[in-house]
Amino acid sequence: MDINTIWYALIAVLFIGYFFLEGFDFGVGILLPFVARDDTDRRIVINTVGPFWDANEVWLITAGGAMFAAFPNWYATLFSGFYLPLFLILVALILRAVGFEFRGKLDGAGWRRTADTAIVLGSALPAFLWGVALTNLVRGVPIGPDMVFQGNLLTLLNPFSLLGGVVSLSVFALHGALFLNLRADESIAERSRRLALRLWWPAAAVLVVFFVFTYSQTDLFSRSGLVPGTLPVLAMIMFVASTVLARLRWNAWAFVTTGLTIVLATVVAFQGLYPRVMPSSLGRAYDLTIYNASSSPLTLHVMLVVAIVFVPIVLLYQGYSYWVFRRRVTRRSIPGS
Amino acid sequence: MDPLLLARWQFGVTTAFHYIFVPLTIGLGLIVAVMQSFHYRTGNDMYDRMARFWGKLFVINFALGVVTGIVQEFQFGMNWSQYSRFVGDIFGIPLAIEALTAFFLESTFLGIWLFGRDKLPKAMHLFSIWMVAIGSTLSAIWILMANSWMQQPVGYTIVDGRARLSDAVALFLNPQLQVEAPHTILAALTTGGFFVLGISAWHLIRHHEREMFLRSAQIALVVVAVASLLTATSGHEQAQHGVQIQPMKLAAMEALWNSEQPASFSLFASIDQKAGTSTRELKLPYLLSVLAYGNTTSEVKGIHQLQAQDVAKYGPGNYIPPVAVVYWTFRAMVGLGVLFILLSLSGLVLWWRGHLERRWFLRLAMLFLFLPYLANFAGWITTEMGRQPWVVQGLLRTSSAVSPNVTGTDVAITFFGFTLLYGILAVVDFYLLYRFARPVTSVRQGEQDAGLGDVFAY
Repeated sequence: MDINTIWYALIAVLFIGYFFLEGFDFGVGILLPFVARDDTDRRIVINTVGPFWDANEVWLITAGGAMFAAFPNWYATLFSGFYLPLFLILVALILRAVGFEFRGKLDGAGWRRTADTAIVLGSALPAFLWGVALTNLVRGVPIGPDMVFQGNLLTLLNPFSLLGGVVSLSVFALHGALFLNLRADESIAERSRRLALRLWWPAAAVLVVFFVFTYSQTDLFSRSGLVPGTLPVLAMIMFVASTVLARLRWNAWAFVTTGLTIVLATVVAFQGLYPRVMPSSLGRAYDLTIYNASSSPLTLHVMLVVAIVFVPIVLLYQGYSYWVFRRRVTRRSIPGS
Repeated sequence: MDPLLLARWQFGVTTAFHYIFVPLTIGLGLIVAVMQSFHYRTGNDMYDRMARFWGKLFVINFALGVVTGIVQEFQFGMNWSQYSRFVGDIFGIPLAIEALTAFFLESTFLGIWLFGRDKLPKAMHLFSIWMVAIGSTLSAIWILMANSWMQQPVGYTIVDGRARLSDAVALFLNPQLQVEAPHTILAALTTGGFFVLGISAWHLIRHHEREMFLRSAQIALVVVAVASLLTATSGHEQAQHGVQIQPMKLAAMEALWNSEQPASFSLFASIDQKAGTSTRELKLPYLLSVLAYGNTTSEVKGIHQLQAQDVAKYGPGNYIPPVAVVYWTFRAMVGLGVLFILLSLSGLVLWWRGHLERRWFLRLAMLFLFLPYLANFAGWITTEMGRQPWVVQGLLRTSSAVSPNVTGTDVAITFFGFTLLYGILAVVDFYLLYRFARPVTSVRQGEQDAGLGDVFAY
């Protein structure tokens, strides 16, 4: 494996980590109005992701930084090309963070409603838009000479990609529901579990349609013939398993399986792209690949050393934080309730 | 609308807004960590209340620093894709390392610190706030490494019109970084110190929680006295270095249109950029040579001579930055810096004599809460405007750095969108800081704190 491939894999890992982790805190944010009945409930729901969401978001920042360092042309074309969707994602992430941090700082009911709206919208919008972005990435966008994106917002808002957005929105919501099932107070947990079971059917329907679309719209599976290959099948099995396990109340495993669905689906996308990072719809000659988009070998090697040293350390203390906050957030732990 | 102009405005506005929060995060983070360490060592509950009081303000401030920081990272690719392609090989390195080594550290441990008060051993809880403080300082070093490379490109070769890393050690040990990082971090400590001093003074004037706020003020005084002095000396070193690597910036800082030997320091000037002259100047002889080279004889190059030099080197073009802006922001920064030293030294004298609670001093201290922000802005405007027309000194012009495919309408949408959003956030943030800092609320808040552990939870 050459160093460009290693870096491509590392960036894939960062996005996988991001979608897995932020996926459930997006989901928790999306479901806030549906699983919480009073203000204490809402606080419990928010506190389940309280210690985590900020560090989860750093996976995205690191992925962005790593793209910048390892594949500057990918970073430049993608970020300037997906301009307005990224702007909306940024606005949403800001609103969400402010909603989380400032909600409990003032007492008024109006203030809290505003913060709740910010959290719900700020979670749902990026959950949707990441699906749109990733689908567009796999589908290919008009990239012309000099690696310059030649489309506009409407190029990105095609039916297939919008469907991809619905897929990510519903899978993250499901993932979040199963997280709440693990970490929220019993009553909320049970409500979330039931919601996950009900949510699963529409999510499954959307996934199936999306899967068929993927065959016709992308070359993701072109190399594997009619059988899409092991990983997509595994992703499907995990998705089915999640609802079975949730029904059986194997709660931790249910959460793990939605997580694995996300992980495997992202792997499929990155594997299908390889060795391209951004296929052009204007012709193969304009594809951005891990070679023409990359930094110099020296930069890639320096960064690899940094990654080898620090990624395990980060995983260690982030794992520690999940271990510290492994217990349920109970009604009693919410002050003033 | 011109996308370049809008993109520049957007970078300026979003960066300035981001930089409201960054220095306080660095400075206040360290101070809260020190306070909590005092509690750990002495077991005195006053320090616990102190760390919680300032910790709350720290958290309100931290939140906005984080979210506005994501915009910064994305903005390079969104508005400045040509810049990103040109510098990515080098500039991307500190950016990625910053996220990996600093952002993860501060975000993860902030979560642990906020929610872990009752769940963790005391030592671990203390450790987590130190990790937050160290993380934010580390992040400053990495991002300043990226900025230093824009001021003084090192360790690169140009291949196919792009900068390529040739020497990683040179990047990590960039001489510009060695003067820029201390200056910026010390200025951040000054900001944090005056923040604590100013709010403590407010409480002392109202005779509220005298013991705790007197001690807070004393801690802050030590910080500002040391930090403001060292900010000045490190700034002096930075200017002496700047004369070597960015003579045009230095000449603009002094509005020195023509070379002088020995050069005099300008105190006031009415600057005419078009005519290339200044009128009504007030000058101190020899002083600029002394400041720039440490002697009374050296020549300091003037703007016109440097312009001719640059034309010979880089081809026809205008290499003169907006002189009046650079000249006056530099003077604002230095003037404020002098005031910071004077106020902190007089505070130390008052403390030594046991008169720290003199009204005039407390009132001045309240005013000084706001001044470091102005000094920070002024300093950055000097640094960044003084480098124009370059975005990377001598290598890439700002006008060649902008995204070719992004239209004026696109940038207008994001520019007005961010500006509006940031405006609202500013109002909310200042209101919250005011609510949590003011004497009345904090009494109630303090009582609430007494019985409950999870007050930091959402």
